[in-house]
Amino acid sequence: MSTVRLLVGTHKGAFILTSDERRERWKVDGPQFTGWDVYHVKGSPVDPNRLYASQSRGWFGQVVQRSDDGGKTWEPAGNEFRYEGAINTHKWYDNSDHPYDFTRVWHLEPSLTDPDTVYAGVEDAALFKSTDAGKSWQELDALRHHPTAPSWAPGAGGLCLHTIIQDPKNPDRLVIAISSAGAFRTDDGGKSFKPINKGLRSNYIPDEDAEVGHCVHHIAMHPSRPETLFMQKHWDVMRSDNAGDSWTEVSGNLPTDFGFVIDVHAHEPETIYVVPIKSDSDHFVPDGKLRVYRSKNGGNEWEALTKGLPQKDCYVNVLRDAMTVDNLDSCGVYFGTTAGQVYASNDAGDSWKPIVENLPAVLSVEVQTLA
Amino acid sequence: MIRIVLPANLRTLADVGREVELEVGGTVTQRSVLTALEAAYPMLRGTIRDQVTQKRRPMLRFFACEEDLSDESPDTPLPEPVATGKEPYLIVGAIAGG
Repeated sequence: MSTVRLLVGTHKGAFILTSDERRERWKVDGPQFTGWDVYHVKGSPVDPNRLYASQSRGWFGQVVQRSDDGGKTWEPAGNEFRYEGAINTHKWYDNSDHPYDFTRVWHLEPSLTDPDTVYAGVEDAALFKSTDAGKSWQELDALRHHPTAPSWAPGAGGLCLHTIIQDPKNPDRLVIAISSAGAFRTDDGGKSFKPINKGLRSNYIPDEDAEVGHCVHHIAMHPSRPETLFMQKHWDVMRSDNAGDSWTEVSGNLPTDFGFVIDVHAHEPETIYVVPIKSDSDHFVPDGKLRVYRSKNGGNEWEALTKGLPQKDCYVNVLRDAMTVDNLDSCGVYFGTTAGQVYASNDAGDSWKPIVENLPAVLSVEVQTLA
Repeated sequence: MIRIVLPANLRTLADVGREVELEVGGTVTQRSVLTALEAAYPMLRGTIRDQVTQKRRPMLRFFACEEDLSDESPDTPLPEPVATGKEPYLIVGAIAGG
């Protein structure tokens, strides 16, 4: 019988939730790294017992933790994120030039092929890579030295590189996203990057279809179709069928197209999920109702999934890394809220149950489907 | 023997109690104490001072003998009671909670 393991990062530590393949009864372990922000925890697809966790705190900076036993024990790995070469500047909130300054790791993306290789997306926006299981980190600095980088400006959450997608058919290709610079792609293993924001329109920048400056919140891809990308932008849900070379809007009948998360069904590459949020000033769900929206045809036509979710007096948010899907035959979908609930669906979103309801604010949820 | 008091989050990270004791060779300064601390507990590298600039993290302060030494030169000798272990060297986080 398979096991499902959820890796939950919260504002005050990490939790591991486990269940058998029925996904009805859950064991809750944690917190690990008590009192620290755990922005992200993710396991290696090659060795599921190898986990990486990003632990940070304003007082004490960044720690990266590694586990080799599925999260039973942890060991601090390397935490020296040194920008390569000259330190350039990006725009600050007042439009002044601000030197790039490392703050924290937002996202850890283990390699699809090597458990010792892992990517880190950091604030201020840069992409790092480790090939020794997190002991040391090297910046793929062509991104930060892109000619547009001096014009990048942070969103309210900081100038963070939060999304890293590996192309399973092309190891030299990575898609990354930065708030609020936009999406970028390398086709040569990080030697060069290009903006992939054609088709995005953002009315909070002077030139609304500029090459960069778009606040991309998250991007998702189905591994069988790496050319197809789905994006939740600050406002607008978008799709691309040419690896980001161009985008079209698929917000369709969503009640609001603002949001953070987006994910793709494990077995149906055209079935996608979002959680609409009221607006960029009111970071909670509209009408007091927590609704996941599912499209079964790649966007534009959306249905509300509400069974088991609170439909009154609910004012939570679901952050960009806080939704995930498992690989079981009946696809499991999971998400965590800023009010500390983690919800699970074992039927592709048709119905939901809370696994836990009173964790610290959930920053990220990842899942491992274990044989 | 130098006595160092760590804030709670760093005690957890280093898996130590409230106070750490270390041998520090030569003149006892803030720099030599922190270098010895990081050598004994590598997981603390970068959590007290920046690994690149060696600057104190802005939300931490260094106290000893009822004095705030945070902005003193890191190479100034620490007070004799600290160097002899009579008094601890305190690493203190800014209070949180309002």
